[in-house]
Amino acid sequence: MAFTPTKETYSGKVYPVTIGTGGGEVTLGGENVLTFHSFEGSTPNRPLIAFEIQDVPPSDWPDNVQKPFEGISDDPVKWAKFCQDELKAKAIALRLIGTHPDRENRSPEDAAKTVKDLLSSINVPLIILGSNHAEKDSSVLVAVAEAAKDKNCVIGKAQEANYKTVAAAAMANNHKLIAMSELDINLSKQLNILITQMGFEKERLITDPMCSALGYGLEYTYSVMERIRLAALTQNDVTMQPPMLGDVGMYVWKVKETQAPESDMPQWGSAEERGIAWEAATATSLLIAGAELLIMRHPKAVEAVEKVIEELN
Amino acid sequence: MLIIGEKLSIIAKRVREAMMKKDKGPIQEIAVRQWKEGSGIIDANIGPAEDGGEDMMQWMVTTIQEVVPLPVCLDTTNASAIEAGLKIHNNQWGRALINSTSNDPERFPILELAAKYNSQVIGLTVGKGGLPADAEERCAIAAEIMGRAMEYGVPLEDLYLDPLVLQIATSQDHARHVIKAIGMFQEMNDPPMKTVVGLSNISNGCPKHIRPILNKYYFLMLMNAGLTSAIADAHEMAEALNEKKLVDDVLAGEKIDDANKMTEIKKTIDVIMGNTLYAHSYLEM
Repeated sequence: MAFTPTKETYSGKVYPVTIGTGGGEVTLGGENVLTFHSFEGSTPNRPLIAFEIQDVPPSDWPDNVQKPFEGISDDPVKWAKFCQDELKAKAIALRLIGTHPDRENRSPEDAAKTVKDLLSSINVPLIILGSNHAEKDSSVLVAVAEAAKDKNCVIGKAQEANYKTVAAAAMANNHKLIAMSELDINLSKQLNILITQMGFEKERLITDPMCSALGYGLEYTYSVMERIRLAALTQNDVTMQPPMLGDVGMYVWKVKETQAPESDMPQWGSAEERGIAWEAATATSLLIAGAELLIMRHPKAVEAVEKVIEELN
Repeated sequence: MLIIGEKLSIIAKRVREAMMKKDKGPIQEIAVRQWKEGSGIIDANIGPAEDGGEDMMQWMVTTIQEVVPLPVCLDTTNASAIEAGLKIHNNQWGRALINSTSNDPERFPILELAAKYNSQVIGLTVGKGGLPADAEERCAIAAEIMGRAMEYGVPLEDLYLDPLVLQIATSQDHARHVIKAIGMFQEMNDPPMKTVVGLSNISNGCPKHIRPILNKYYFLMLMNAGLTSAIADAHEMAEALNEKKLVDDVLAGEKIDDANKMTEIKKTIDVIMGNTLYAHSYLEM
């Protein structure tokens, strides 16, 4: 007798979310099965990887991940164009880290200008992230949401402390919105509820349950993501059906394993390969856990994860 | 159903201040109110009470029993404070209850006290190794505690098994594990083991307006599983009993006249049973 694999059927599905404009649109989510379970149902859109760039030179990044962007990363427009044209990035994630009060403390107006310059020179979708300073973000993200009006960007991140302002700006300017909570599935659901109670459509949300790097709590992120996805699919929980974000690069490239030079850790092998592997392994884990959108830094790590997607999709 | 009145706890500001000042007025007022509302035992939670615990427990027990003809639940981790309380406890109103022993060796001396003073004792099903993962682990720990109780000469009829209610806001799965454990505990002896829960911990950390809703329906579901006693707000539990028929009807899949009430009950049951993911606004979804 021929072998028939067991198939699960699910009652819910993940919302498809389309980002970008003018022919450069990309859709993520939309599946009614666990990641890559295409044999059980429909997986219309492949997971999306966005290349991370920032508004100020990445002097805080380890050398090995600065190197691929040498000579271009002093200018966000050049950097973004390089990712789009040379690295074939499918989306760009601009992190406005320079607006953080403890960094360059750039103004919301400066940030808005950076966004405008970028939007006029790329046609892949743009994800616009604040500096994760809840208070500063509520002015910066309002300014950039206006500057990018109707460009169907992803604005983030709305958190418990600032979601009202940030969600209102995303809503008024026709953007999608990242809602971030800190590794707590119940608070993640609660934030999505609060945002939709403001009149923000749940089909325009992306959930960020907060990332962590391999060896630094990845299993917590994995578990929260997995449970969110199961609630979406098996319990048909509409508050948990937006696609999920894994903000991988930022968390991976600050851990010891991606920073320590070979001179300090000869037994750990090539520092460059190690960092790439660390980012690719973290990102792949989160894909399996259910993330539909990844933000990553190293081109070789992105290449490796794209290959995994290609093979499993 | 035995309600152990929960209100005399050091966590409450008014109670704490009265304890510090040894002011009998508020303590007796609260004790009398709980008695009138239907409590069968009055809990006296004096906290860890490392300094002067003996004196404090004796003062609490005396203060309560001066005005209320009920036994007291001696609630502290300080064993010598418990012994001091047992020494002066007025058994004319019923035997004292100790809260609590567990499977942690540090808590074994509590069983010695229970045997020596012929009191009843709560056995919290936790060990040294942290929180039990599910109903089965709770039963395994319960079996250890039961064996140890017999070894120390405490009759199993005097032991109340407590499966440890956790906060639904952070440990949702445990809500249903506890219900299952209450059912399983009873099968561990004949006559069935007595059971107790610290009920209101279920809604600890939840918005104020949904706390009574969770407390009441959770109580009724535990009652259906065979719960024999609860450390709880007697007034709230009396209200719960008035709603028992409604909850039972909803649990049986029947319609009730009040549509809003039905939705509230249904959503709460779903959250307790883990059919929907808990969020503070679960009633609004």
